Amino acid sequence: MVTLFGVFLLTLLVITAFGIVRAQHLFVAVMLSGIFSLQMAAIFFILDAADVALTEAAVGAGVATVLMLGALALTDDRERGPKRHRWAPIVVVSLTTLMVIYATFDKPRLGDPEAPVHQHVAPWYLEETPQLIDIPNVVTAILASFRGYDTLGELFVIFTAGIGVLFLLANPSKRGARSLLPSAEAEGLRHHLVPRVVGRLLVPFIVLFGLYVQFHGDYGPGGGFQAGALISAGFILYALIEGEGTALRAMSFRVLRAMIAGGAVLYVGVGIAGMLFGGNFLDYSVLADNPIAGQHLGILLIEAGVGLTVTGTLLTVFHAFAAREQRR
Amino acid sequence: MEFLGLYNYWVFAILLMMGLYAVISRANLIKKLLGMTIFQAAVFLLYISMDKVDGGTAPIIQAGAVDQLYSNPLPQVLILTAIVVGIATLSLGLAIVVRISETYGTIEEDEIRKMDEE
Repeated sequence: MVTLFGVFLLTLLVITAFGIVRAQHLFVAVMLSGIFSLQMAAIFFILDAADVALTEAAVGAGVATVLMLGALALTDDRERGPKRHRWAPIVVVSLTTLMVIYATFDKPRLGDPEAPVHQHVAPWYLEETPQLIDIPNVVTAILASFRGYDTLGELFVIFTAGIGVLFLLANPSKRGARSLLPSAEAEGLRHHLVPRVVGRLLVPFIVLFGLYVQFHGDYGPGGGFQAGALISAGFILYALIEGEGTALRAMSFRVLRAMIAGGAVLYVGVGIAGMLFGGNFLDYSVLADNPIAGQHLGILLIEAGVGLTVTGTLLTVFHAFAAREQRR
Repeated sequence: MEFLGLYNYWVFAILLMMGLYAVISRANLIKKLLGMTIFQAAVFLLYISMDKVDGGTAPIIQAGAVDQLYSNPLPQVLILTAIVVGIATLSLGLAIVVRISETYGTIEEDEIRKMDEE
């Protein structure tokens, strides 16, 4: 039954992707990409990846769609130019698809416990996590502790992307925080009854759920990445309803910049603290008297760092797009 | 039924190449970015399909459960961070598109190229 549902969802996914590629109207394509992400999240959930499903739903269907629409408002929502079929790309991609499909016949079937991917380090992580770290969620244990270096690198990619967007779009020397106060057309959806009432009702619960996901990530699906995406989705909804100026008064650019940098500094700081206490970089077991308590403390702190940087970056990007739109 | 176990990988191949097609054949820069996200999502699907173990459940250790099978947590960790890195790079790409649009007045690649040649 679950297999059939999976096949159904995957087929829908292909149809949606086809719609995205074909749509001439970019607004339609962006909306379809939101639907695409939601279907993807459902498929991830069927495949036992609860953490990934949560991230994809919050990031892909929520934040990415809003950012895409912000970019469309600044550019052009119609694909121009002659719509001609180019035969060379079609032939190339068709041939490559057939070749990749041919190659899949050598792959182990879905769910095969004997597949090589399940024989290497994964059983070790599953067996040793209860002894070494003692938190139920193995995904969080690997992300924050066993492979903390990888996560640090990824956090810095996000950090760099946030700084890059600020360089490209915001120009603080010309436009102080003053001019970001709401103008007449920047009042959001305040005059629309249904979005205002429903949205205001939802915002506190979205943020609360984000905080729950942040701090419950050791025990259930969740962690800093998911929480950051959820909390920024909550604040973006607030900004859409009340206007960006009001949202910036609640959480100003200065606070957001401090969050981006502070999260990264917190992460590196925890790593250096481990070195000062006599361990290796990002070795949390020396942070407290008991190695397991040290692991818990370290994971809590670096997840907080991840959450801060992700929230700060996503909200900064959103406000950078929105502020540019107002200035035009 | 034997080939049903490969269906995920076939969808991966089709999505991957649909994304690539949008990137190489469309002139519109936002369409290219949308194609890139489809391409990226296909890779996510490949990784997550490999984590599934028959009879397994999400890799959250249940206290007191005996002989419970868990799916592979490692691909999940890789993709979880990759999704968030993906949105960060997408927003950087969109910011560049916005600047291009402000400078050239268009986001169609062929028109931009024509202006550059003049």
